[in-house]
Amino acid sequence: MAADHSHPPLAHDAQGNASPAEHTHPDWKTYRWVALILALLTGMEVYIYYLPSFVQTKMFVPTLLLLSAIKFAIVVLFYMHLKYDAKLFRALFGGPLTLACFTIVGLLFLFGHLAIHF
Amino acid sequence: MATAALETHDTHGAHPPTSTGLNSTKVAIWTFIGSECFFFASLISTYLIYRGRSLVGPFPHQAWTDPATGHVYKAILNIPVTSVSTFVLLMSSLAMVLAHSAVVRGDRKSSKIWLASTVILGATFLGFQAYEFTSFVHEGLTIHTNLFGSSFFILTGFHGAHVTAGVIWLLTLLFIDMKRGLEPRDAINVDVCALYWHFVDVVWIAIFTLVYLIK
Repeated sequence: MAADHSHPPLAHDAQGNASPAEHTHPDWKTYRWVALILALLTGMEVYIYYLPSFVQTKMFVPTLLLLSAIKFAIVVLFYMHLKYDAKLFRALFGGPLTLACFTIVGLLFLFGHLAIHF
Repeated sequence: MATAALETHDTHGAHPPTSTGLNSTKVAIWTFIGSECFFFASLISTYLIYRGRSLVGPFPHQAWTDPATGHVYKAILNIPVTSVSTFVLLMSSLAMVLAHSAVVRGDRKSSKIWLASTVILGATFLGFQAYEFTSFVHEGLTIHTNLFGSSFFILTGFHGAHVTAGVIWLLTLLFIDMKRGLEPRDAINVDVCALYWHFVDVVWIAIFTLVYLIK
């Protein structure tokens, strides 16, 4: 692997035209750190799963959801470049994602384990 | 920094003028990904609603004894194996961004290596899924067995279909790269594929937690 990955952050027109600064992409070091953090968070999730004392607590599910949300956000912001890209792309993804999350929670309130019985 | 930005600006080639000033291909893929959010939200909702409502086993996290036969079914989910496959998919995302970065730089050797790595890692994930599905069927869980089986196979099966489509897409890019080499002006095509691939990855991040880890 003789490739030089120490290039400066990249920017390109194909990402949109708002301003060059908005289209700066992370460099190899950032990608490597992101991968390491993702691997560590996944390891933490699995470790928590095998902790019987923690599984019994009320913190188990929120902790897993939080770790998952962090991983999700990291991939979207850094690997999908949403942190650096045009705002329209954030709206095109963030809008449906928010609606989808509300839909899941709404359906769980209507039919799932969060259902309110009158 | 500004110089680097201007230099790469030129190498990527201008796209036709658009009312948003943005590349239409990227607008299209982000719109598609937005619609996919709803698609997977419906499947995840279905899984979560039916969770714990199966009348007969096998169950995901606990053993079950069939009252008719006395046969004991162990908890069906294999967390260690799925953890490894999750790691493989996460690393495929790293390989994908490095492939894209190499194409932007015009580094043909690296682009081939990282595109091939992404394909191999994606195919490995699919291999893990095939193993998982096969072992579940052997252990008595099919799509017809219970609510868990139906919702599980539909959700993870559709995700697997998306990964398969991604691997085919990546193979076409690798083929083009082998044939004539991907130039910096082709970066948008790799970028669009990468966005799809990363989306498939983030969907799995959600599935892994909601289906496999939360008991």
